[in-house]
Amino acid sequence: MKQPILEITNLRAGVEGKEILKGLNLRISEGEVHAVMGPNGSGKSTLASILAGRDGYTITDGQIVYGGVDLVEMSPEVRAREGVFLAFQYPVEIPGVNTTYFLKAALNEVRKHNGLSELDAMEFLTLVKEKMKILHLPEDFLKRPVNAGFSGGEKKRNEIFQMAVLDPKLAILDETDSGLDIDALKVVSAGVNKLKRADNAQLVITHYQRLLDYIVPDFVHVLSNGRIVRSGGKELALELEERGYDWIVKEDLQTA
Amino acid sequence: MTTATETIEGFVKNEYKYGFITDLESESTPPGLNEDIIRFISEKKGEPEFLLEWRLKAYRYWLKMVEPQWPQVKYPKIDFQKIVYYSAPKKKTDGPKSLDEVDPKLLETYEKLGIPLRERGRLAGVAVDAVFDSVSVATTFKGTLAAKGVIFCSFSEAVREHPELIRKYLGSVVPYTDNFYAALNSAVFSDGSFCFIPKGVRCPMELSTYFRINAANTGQFERTLIVAEDNSHVSYLEGCTAPMRDENQLHAAVVELVALEGAEIKYSTVQNWYPGDEQGRGGIYNFVTKRGLCKGRKSKISWTQVETGSAITWKYPSVVLQGDDSTGEFYSVAVTNNFQQADTGTKMVHIGKNTRSTIISKGISAKNGQNSYRGQVKIQKSAVGARNFSQCDSLLIGNRCGAHTFPYIEVKNATASVEHEATTSKIGEDQIFYCNSRGIETQDAVNMIVNGFCKEVFKELPMEFAVEAQKLLGVSLEGSVG
Repeated sequence: MKQPILEITNLRAGVEGKEILKGLNLRISEGEVHAVMGPNGSGKSTLASILAGRDGYTITDGQIVYGGVDLVEMSPEVRAREGVFLAFQYPVEIPGVNTTYFLKAALNEVRKHNGLSELDAMEFLTLVKEKMKILHLPEDFLKRPVNAGFSGGEKKRNEIFQMAVLDPKLAILDETDSGLDIDALKVVSAGVNKLKRADNAQLVITHYQRLLDYIVPDFVHVLSNGRIVRSGGKELALELEERGYDWIVKEDLQTA
Repeated sequence: MTTATETIEGFVKNEYKYGFITDLESESTPPGLNEDIIRFISEKKGEPEFLLEWRLKAYRYWLKMVEPQWPQVKYPKIDFQKIVYYSAPKKKTDGPKSLDEVDPKLLETYEKLGIPLRERGRLAGVAVDAVFDSVSVATTFKGTLAAKGVIFCSFSEAVREHPELIRKYLGSVVPYTDNFYAALNSAVFSDGSFCFIPKGVRCPMELSTYFRINAANTGQFERTLIVAEDNSHVSYLEGCTAPMRDENQLHAAVVELVALEGAEIKYSTVQNWYPGDEQGRGGIYNFVTKRGLCKGRKSKISWTQVETGSAITWKYPSVVLQGDDSTGEFYSVAVTNNFQQADTGTKMVHIGKNTRSTIISKGISAKNGQNSYRGQVKIQKSAVGARNFSQCDSLLIGNRCGAHTFPYIEVKNATASVEHEATTSKIGEDQIFYCNSRGIETQDAVNMIVNGFCKEVFKELPMEFAVEAQKLLGVSLEGSVG
């Protein structure tokens, strides 16, 4: 029996008094890959931000249960330590802080939280070098400051690299495909696929079907005007690619 | 939802942990300054005639000077007649001959500050001279140093034991005519540290002076003089703290360094004078003149400073590069939190051929802090092939603080090369959230970013002090975000 990881029920939320999510329902269980697709402004990034705990959003109704407990009550860092990971659409640069140092601090916070011993420098490097292979990263990557001066592709690869090191239970990929050329897209997708296991889950947020040629979802959801208006298998993504979002949005308006 | 801002606001307010007062009987002059006070100080110290004359000349010169108005700092006018110019812990004899004669309360004070004056403990391997209010109370490891010919003692002792050296070098780098506060210091300085490294000697341990202001309404005017003879080497550290008091206190020190041929002096400061409270009440006015003279060929002087304390900091550790092929360096981290103001930087004066200088300045401002970098690079006509590289970075935390940069560059020799780079960045909520979303708490994230920002300077500090500096920075910036 597959355990549910994330259960979102009738979520209503917004920013600065403007409601963006208007009764969203989503249920993700172990071993599943879900894709949430939708036109610009449908609320995709808001969903990602709220799950990660970004400041400035207000939840007015509904529930988000993660691993059986209320996610909303947790601070962003506790969510991370509990296994929620957000791969950012626009990863920020942190000049002066080298990637090794940053990632070691992050991993040890997660380990401490879960009652594991902290890794020392040698143990950490061994682990990290293994994970770097997954993303085909050059050696000097670790010595560079976090995202500083990285190209768009490098930043995205760094996100998935961090995901590989932190080994989350629920990974949320917010438009990870945006700004990637086809080669980078393949590397990143292959990385994500390698990290898939029977006891974790991935929520892939994307505008384009293209990413789903490489990361094959078990479920595809269409987000429109703050709600999931249609769910289906991976064939739904193909249909969207062919026909665009308009027809679903219209159908939704007619039934509403 | 717990917002990042709430989390940040919730942090414990920064407590200045050195703000205690030691209850000691002290001997002080009445407030105010005149020639009698100067004569009193000089007599108290049993000084030779030449020194008293020098003090009086400085005082008379000072009377004609006006306080500098150009720094980017604001403070009410100082009434120089309200300051006590001499205060010393009362003691039975003329000066402690050994640590056993030092008042146990004083020893306790330094223990509390983490500076054990007993020659064992954590700082073993560092010789310490402790200056309490106006006088030096103890110097450790004198015997070990003397075996190598190194002189390390209080300034007063140096005046008594080595008057010829004092006469030769005092005021040779910072003359009393130099500026308002240097003139005042020259007139009234009461103690400080003296250090002499003979030819070819590599000082076997770090030398350190620890300054403490205790008495109320007292100014501290100390004088440090370091002379490094040919091909010698010394690393010197300076630390400072003061009690928390509501009124402002003046600290106007002068530091002179002389490096002869092939000599190297490394001078590191961790300045943590009381910065005032969150409303900007109290704190030390730190108006200091520090200058080094690279007198000989291939000499090198390096200043490293971590400035986290003081209500106002006004100081420009400088290097005069007189000897050919000499090197000057300045590495600085200056933090201004709450209502602190700092106008700090350096001067590099290139006179000799192929002289080189490096300036790395990192300014961090939080809350209402105002941080100015002021630096001058001067290439004289004679300085063929001189090179300078300057980098000034500012980091802002929050929306109410300020960072300012005033670089002055003057080049009179066409073969010189001068580079200046400057950046300003801000710790953004996005950066904090990014760290949070990887499991790192806000305060740890701020520390990580700040330490990353200061890395180039910290790596110049002796190991143990680099760790202290990092911790100090963490404490100074606690609760600064939000």
